[in-house]
Amino acid sequence: MNLYSWFQLIFYIVVLLLLAKPLGSFMAKVYQGERTFLDRVLVPVERFIYRLSGVKPDEDMNWKTYAVAVMLFNVFGLLLVYALQRLQAVLPLNPQGLGAVTPDSSWNTAVSFATNTNWQGYGGEVTMSYFSQMLGLTVQNFVSAATGMAVMIALIRGIVRHTAKGIGNFWVDLTRSTLYILLPLSIVVALALVSQGVVQTFSPYKTVALLQPTTDANGNVVTEQVLAVGPAASQIAIKQLGTNGGGFFNVNSAHPFENPTPFSNFIEMLSILVISGALCYTFGVMVGDTRQGWAILITMTIIMVAFLSLAVWAEQGGNPAFTAMGVDQVQTNINPGGNMEGKETRFGIANSALWATVTTSASNGSVNSMHDSFMPLGGLVPLFMMQLGEIIFGGVGSGLYGMLAFVIVAVFISGLMVGRTPEYLGKKIEAYEMKMASLMLLIPILLAKVGTAIAVIAPAGLATIWNTGGPHGFSEVLYAFSSAANNNGSAFAGLGANNPFYNTALGICMFFARYLLIVPALAIAGSLVQKKKVPAGSGTLPTHTPLFIAWLIGVIMIVGALSFIPALALGPIVEHLMVFK
Amino acid sequence: MTSQLRPAFFMLLIFTVITGVIYPLAVTGIAQVLFPSQSNGSLIIVDGKAVGSELIGQQFDDPKYFWGRPSAVGYNSTASSGSNYGPMNPALLDSVQTRIDALKSADPDNTLPIPVDLVTASGSGLDPHISIAAALYQVHRVASARGLSEAEVTSLVEKYTEGRQFGFLGEPRVNVLKLNLALDALK
Repeated sequence: MNLYSWFQLIFYIVVLLLLAKPLGSFMAKVYQGERTFLDRVLVPVERFIYRLSGVKPDEDMNWKTYAVAVMLFNVFGLLLVYALQRLQAVLPLNPQGLGAVTPDSSWNTAVSFATNTNWQGYGGEVTMSYFSQMLGLTVQNFVSAATGMAVMIALIRGIVRHTAKGIGNFWVDLTRSTLYILLPLSIVVALALVSQGVVQTFSPYKTVALLQPTTDANGNVVTEQVLAVGPAASQIAIKQLGTNGGGFFNVNSAHPFENPTPFSNFIEMLSILVISGALCYTFGVMVGDTRQGWAILITMTIIMVAFLSLAVWAEQGGNPAFTAMGVDQVQTNINPGGNMEGKETRFGIANSALWATVTTSASNGSVNSMHDSFMPLGGLVPLFMMQLGEIIFGGVGSGLYGMLAFVIVAVFISGLMVGRTPEYLGKKIEAYEMKMASLMLLIPILLAKVGTAIAVIAPAGLATIWNTGGPHGFSEVLYAFSSAANNNGSAFAGLGANNPFYNTALGICMFFARYLLIVPALAIAGSLVQKKKVPAGSGTLPTHTPLFIAWLIGVIMIVGALSFIPALALGPIVEHLMVFK
Repeated sequence: MTSQLRPAFFMLLIFTVITGVIYPLAVTGIAQVLFPSQSNGSLIIVDGKAVGSELIGQQFDDPKYFWGRPSAVGYNSTASSGSNYGPMNPALLDSVQTRIDALKSADPDNTLPIPVDLVTASGSGLDPHISIAAALYQVHRVASARGLSEAEVTSLVEKYTEGRQFGFLGEPRVNVLKLNLALDALK
């Protein structure tokens, strides 16, 4: 770790935190229906959308109606993405003449994008037509993110309002999230990315001459290189901002056309966390106490920095097997050093490890280096970040409602310890809320562990583990199910996952991990909104203090560690001991 | 429940048009005007012919050229991928050893330590860059294969070295294709 590495990491975190307040207060205005500088352009569009779709924007929904609206919208979206892939051969904008996607892969991808996971069983440039990428995948990138944000806002309303029924209108929250927040930011980010060299074109793939002709695997002489291009920048902007993560090309943001320069890399990493971070501030504004938002943001940042340090240290340390062969892995001003397998030269170690931590803190899952080739402890970091439940920043919206489930648990446990009725922001936390919050914590854990267990027993699950020898194959399977069960979408990509077994099993995990969490989150909102507001008394635990932050971190780490340390011990931890024996 | 069917259907339709059609078309339109080269793949044009993209690496194994990062896909730009070998995978260790042997047999007198990025596969399989150390390691071989002095070749390497962006972002690096094109243009 030299000074440049340190400075880049610190610079990233500082910029991220500096943006929380301005973007967070803007989003609070959007959700509270206040005037914004975009009104002149967008209010007429918004009205038109409501009129066409028969939405009464003033209509307040109870939590059940809200949940029904969420589910209907998401199921329709899922069906559309499925249909587009199956029919892409006969649809327009398919200059490479790509055929229909297989049924299991289409199901997996449809669930994957509707649930904001963006696990990719397929390789973009050889599977998806431009039409499928745009009308299927890009659209879901927007609306799945907006769905998460809407549910989050509904939960905040449940906390803020009292002795009421309604938690807002899903169609309004969906529309305003997309129009006022995601779309304007995406346009800015997309153009910034194109300026760095991200492609944005509808032309067919380009053919260029090779300087030195080579021979391919079959011994044929190759004199040309075909460059896959496409309308990538517009999709990448929202893939990052919406914590989606599905790449335009197979290797995602390691591909030079998706992420050509260190600056494009910085923009993309910032885009991954900026909305989730700022939503903490929005939360603070809406509950009338910004300290509450900062407390959560600080909790997230501390956990992320701790694991980031581990990842950077592990990767910069390099692979002892390479050193034994005489390879120079010592970092200098002219040599990135460290474990460069699966990493790009322009990003080096620091930016690859930072990205890996960031993308798994958020439920983003895009990659700029191959996590599968990380050192054992370097790979443990993204794996464990996902297993914590995607709440360290987390997905847009979903990260914060997941974190609030942990807050409820933390408040409840501390209430039990001092023998007082637990309360949070003036609302009593009772058995019902606690049950729902526990479901939100336990369902992803259950899906990840049961899924892994089945896959490492079933012959179909074992058949496509290519990294045999040592515990790495187990880590790959654990990673796949942890990723799907927390709607992340990144992979230890050495696992052959584009087959009926994994496409189906991971699709099921992604589906339940998303919607079985949204429903309890809305149920908590529906329960809290009916309660009276209790004034804070002498027995109330303040939830913005350093003490509470430390307590919350403790609860998160204990739940995560108790759930996954045994599984991690069989994978990356034993592998570490074998590599460094 | 049924009262939400119509909004669910129309909302999906409307957002498909706005975010799936209007948005990418608008971005494409603006991008093609403001950044025509970048949006079309940053092609390098020599004598009116596209000889590559400055962002996509090509395969080099001739001693007279600088070699780029090893690629798991042979620089096939329609099938981007890393090796995805775990750190203990015997196939990884074999590949690294094979690359070390190839470098040594092409330049037996070279006593410099081999920089790690020259023997490990890139993430994309298309990495256009190598580290400065990896370029300097190859100067001796390239210079002798072309009958040039090491000083001449080193100065070309310096010319095609890109520093950290804005002085601090990313890693300093050398664009292999541009450097090799410049070598051929020397004559």
